[in-house]
Amino acid sequence: MKIKNVARSARTDMFTYLGVVAAFIIISLLRGGGMLNRSQLGMLVPICCYIVMAVSLNLTVGILGELSLGHAGFMSVGAFTGIITAMSLANVIPSAPVRLAIAIVVGAVFAAIVGFLVGIPVLRLRGDYLAIVTLAFGEILKELITCLIVGADSKGLHIIFNVTGSKTANDLKLLEGGRIIIKGAQGATGTQTIATFTAGFILIMITLLVVQNMVRSRTGRAVMAIRDNRIAAESVGINITKYKLIAFVTSAAMAGAAGALFGLNYSNLAAAKFDFNTSILVLVFVVLGGLGNIWGSIIATVVLYILPEALRSFATYRMLIYAIVLILVMLATNNAQLKTLLGKLVPGRKKEGEENG
Amino acid sequence: MAKEFSKGKMVPVPSAAIIPERDLDKTPILECRHLGIDFGGLKAVDDFNLTIGRTEIAGLIGPNGAGKTTVFNLLTKVYQPSRGIIMLDGMDTAGKTTEQINRMGIARTFQNIRLFSNLSVEDNVKIGLHNQEPYSALTGILRLPKYWRQEKAAHERALELLSIFDMQDMAEHTAGSLPYGAQRRLEIVRALATNPSLLLLDEPAAGMNPSETEELMQNIVKIRDTFQIAVMLIEHDMRLVMGICEGICVLNFGRVIAKGTSEEIQANPVVIEAYLGKKKEG
Amino acid sequence: MKFLAYLVSGISLGSVYAIIALGYTMVYGIAKMLNFAHGDVIMVGGYISFLAATNLGLPAVVSVLIAMAVCTVLGIVIEGLAYRPLRAAPKLAVLITAIGVSYFLQNSALLIWGANPKSYTPVVSGTLKLFGGQLSVSYVSLLTVAACIVIMIALTLFTGRTKMGKAMRACSEDQGAAQLMGINVNRTISMTFAIGSALAAIAGALLCSFSPTLMPTTGSMPGIKAFTAAVFGGIGSIPGAFLGGILLGVIESLAKGYISTQLSNSIVFAVLIIILLVRPAGLLGKYVPEKV
Repeated sequence: MKIKNVARSARTDMFTYLGVVAAFIIISLLRGGGMLNRSQLGMLVPICCYIVMAVSLNLTVGILGELSLGHAGFMSVGAFTGIITAMSLANVIPSAPVRLAIAIVVGAVFAAIVGFLVGIPVLRLRGDYLAIVTLAFGEILKELITCLIVGADSKGLHIIFNVTGSKTANDLKLLEGGRIIIKGAQGATGTQTIATFTAGFILIMITLLVVQNMVRSRTGRAVMAIRDNRIAAESVGINITKYKLIAFVTSAAMAGAAGALFGLNYSNLAAAKFDFNTSILVLVFVVLGGLGNIWGSIIATVVLYILPEALRSFATYRMLIYAIVLILVMLATNNAQLKTLLGKLVPGRKKEGEENG
Repeated sequence: MAKEFSKGKMVPVPSAAIIPERDLDKTPILECRHLGIDFGGLKAVDDFNLTIGRTEIAGLIGPNGAGKTTVFNLLTKVYQPSRGIIMLDGMDTAGKTTEQINRMGIARTFQNIRLFSNLSVEDNVKIGLHNQEPYSALTGILRLPKYWRQEKAAHERALELLSIFDMQDMAEHTAGSLPYGAQRRLEIVRALATNPSLLLLDEPAAGMNPSETEELMQNIVKIRDTFQIAVMLIEHDMRLVMGICEGICVLNFGRVIAKGTSEEIQANPVVIEAYLGKKKEG
Repeated sequence: MKFLAYLVSGISLGSVYAIIALGYTMVYGIAKMLNFAHGDVIMVGGYISFLAATNLGLPAVVSVLIAMAVCTVLGIVIEGLAYRPLRAAPKLAVLITAIGVSYFLQNSALLIWGANPKSYTPVVSGTLKLFGGQLSVSYVSLLTVAACIVIMIALTLFTGRTKMGKAMRACSEDQGAAQLMGINVNRTISMTFAIGSALAAIAGALLCSFSPTLMPTTGSMPGIKAFTAAVFGGIGSIPGAFLGGILLGVIESLAKGYISTQLSNSIVFAVLIIILLVRPAGLLGKYVPEKV
C-alpha cells in the first residue's frame, strides 16, 4: 500500500528528472557536434536560469499559494553577490568551475538571507497586500543595488553606497592592479563570463531535488495545507509563519543561485534588468505551466523563451500575445463552466460521487 | 433503534460544576472561569463558566446566535478573550495562539467544513499527524532514514484513524470530491490525528439523516472510549445531544442559562423558554 | 523656501496620486480586487487626450472629456470581459488576470503609438509667482489640487446621497445581501469601473501635464504608487485615498529633495511596507476580521 503511494508520486518526480537529463544529453550532443548556431548557444545558460526561477517561484505561488511579484529581486541579489564573489576570488582560485560553484552558493545564501528578512514582515500579510509588498521590495532591492559601487584590489573588497548619486568609481581609490566590479547604475562591468551550460543543468537538477522532495514530505504538506485552508492548518497545530518562511526562503535561495549563474554569463549587467517586468515574465511561465506543476514550469519556460527567438518576426507582438494568453488561461482555468468541461477531459485522482456540502 | 448508552453518574466538584464520577480523582480537562469577549459594545460571550471531566461527553446548546461557536473560537484562541481564564488540564492558556493550543491538546472541527480540498483524504489526516511524527525540512529534502521511518508510521497511523469511520479505502480520493457526510467525518479524523485530550465538534451532525446521526452517535462514544478523551459538541439535533451528552450547558445571548444532565435540561423551564419563547398567557 | 517649493510640488503630485487612488479604492472596496490595469488606463487616457489635442487640434477641456469617454468605455469593457467571469475565482487568479490586462494595454499602446515618447502639451500653462518671485507655483499644480478636491467632494456626495452611490456602498459591504435587496450588482460594479476609469483619464491628463513625456509605460509606476497611497490611507475609504495620496506625494517630494532622487521610489515603498505592518488597515481604514 505504501509502496504504491510513494511509487506514484515518485514516478512523476522520476520522469521529471529523466526528462531534464535526456534534454541535457541531447543538447550536449548537438553542441559537441557543432550543430547549434551562435544565438542558440547563447540561450542555453539563460534558459537554465529561467527554469530555476520558474520552479522556485512555483514553490511560492503554486505550492504556498502566495503571489510574489518581487522574485526578480532575489535573482538580482544572487547575481550581484555572485559576481562580486567570483571577481574577487579571480586571483585566489584559478579554477573557473570552482569559482562558479562558490559564487552560486554565495548568491543563494545572500538571497536566502534577504528572503528571510523580507519574509518576516511580508508573510504576515495576505493576498493582494502581500503581492504589493513583494513588488515594493523588488523595486527597493533594484534601487539599492544601483547605488552600489564595488571594487577589489590587493587590499581586499571596497564597497561604496552611493545614496546621493554624487560618487563615482574613482572614489573607490583602488590600488594599482585593482579592478572595478560594479559601477553604480551601470551595474557590473567587465565580468569574467564563467557560467556554463553544465552548471545550469546541475543547478536545475538540484532545484528539482529540493522542490520535489520538499513537496512530497511533511514540510510540503504543511505548506499546501496553509495554501488550501490557513485557518484549518492553524487548528491542527501548524506554525503558519514558520512554514511560510521555509517555502519563501527556499524559493529565494534558488532564485539567488539562478541569479548568480545568470550574472556570470554576461560581461555587463545592470540592476535595471531585474525589474518588475522580469518578475512578471517568470510569473507568466509559472502560471502557464500550471500552478503547482513543476514539470509544467520547465516546459512553459523553455517554450516561451525559445518561441519568440524562433519567431523573430513576431517580436513586437510577443508581449502582447503573452498578455492575451495569460488572460485566456486564467479565464479558462477559473471560470466554473469551463472548469467542469476541462475536468472531464483531464485524468486525475479517483473522484467519488458528485455531492458536495 | 437507538442503543441506550450508559452515561456515567455525574457528581459535583468544588466549583459546583458537575463531571462524571469516574473522572473525579483527576484534574478536569477544561475549566473556564468568567470567560468573556466583547466585539465593540456587544458582549458576545459573558461570564462563561464550565468544567469538563477528562472523559466526559459534554454538550453546548442554545438558540442560533447564542455564542456557541464563539466559545469554541475562544477555546482555540481564534479570538483572545476579553476577560476570564481558560485552564486546560490545569494549565492556564492565556496568551497562547491557535496552533499552540492544538499542541497543548485541543482539536476542533468547523461549522462550515474546512478541509484541504486539493489534497487527498490520507494527506488531510497526515497533516493532522504533523506534530506526531515530526522530522525537519532538511531531513525531508535529503530523504534521510528518519524521513522513511516517519512517513511509513504516518501512513499506517492515518489508515488506522480512517478505519474508525471505515474510510480507509477512500485514502487516495481528493478530499474535495467526497460526499458531504464523508467530509464531516474526515474532519473529525483529522482532528483526532492531532492527539488531543479535548475534542471540540461544531455541529457534527449538520446535514445528516437519522441513520447517519445514529452512526455518528455510536462513533463519538466509541472515540471517547478508545482514546479516553473528552468531547464537547455544539449541536442542534436534540436526539444526539440528549442521547450521548453527559453534561449539557445551555447558552443564550452569550450567557449560560442552565447546566446539568440531559434530564435536568429537558425539564428546565428557562431552557424551554429560550428555545420556544414565552408561554402565551391565557 | 526650498521646503515650501518641495511641499507645493508634493501636494500637487499627491493630488494626482489621490485622484488615481480614488479609482483604485472604489474598485477594491466593491469588487474586492486590485485592478492592476488601472495605471495603464491612465496611460491610455493620456494618449487619447494627446491625440485629440494634437491631431485634432481640440481645446484641452474637450480633449480631456473625449479621453474620459474612451476610458470609461474601456473600463467597462475590461471589467465585463476579464474580471466579471472570475468573480467567484480565487483572488490569485483575478490578480494575475489584472496583470495580464495591464500588459495587454501597455503593449497595445506600444504597437499603436510606438515607443517614442510623445511631447504632451500641458492642459494649462503659466506659473503663479508668490513671495515676490521666490516661489513659483504652476497653474497646472493649482488646477490639479482644485480638481482633486472637487472630485473628492463630488464622490463623497455621490456615494452618500445618490441611489447608485448607496448601491455601491451596499455592494461593498455584502454583495449577496445587496442582490437580495434588488440591487443589480453587475451594473453597480460596471458603474464603479466606469467612474474609476473616467477619473483615470483626468489623472492621465494632469500627470502628463506635469511630466510632459508620454510613453506606454507612463502609467505603470504612478499606478503602483497610487495603490500604495490608497492602502496607506485605508483601502475602501474615499477620504483615505485623498489623505494617502497627498501624504505620499509630499513624502516623495521631500525624499527627492532632501535625501536622494535615486532612492525616492524606495522611500515611498518603504512607507507602504511600514504602514502595512504597523496598521494593516491604513490610516483611515477599518480592519475586518475573518469569520471562522
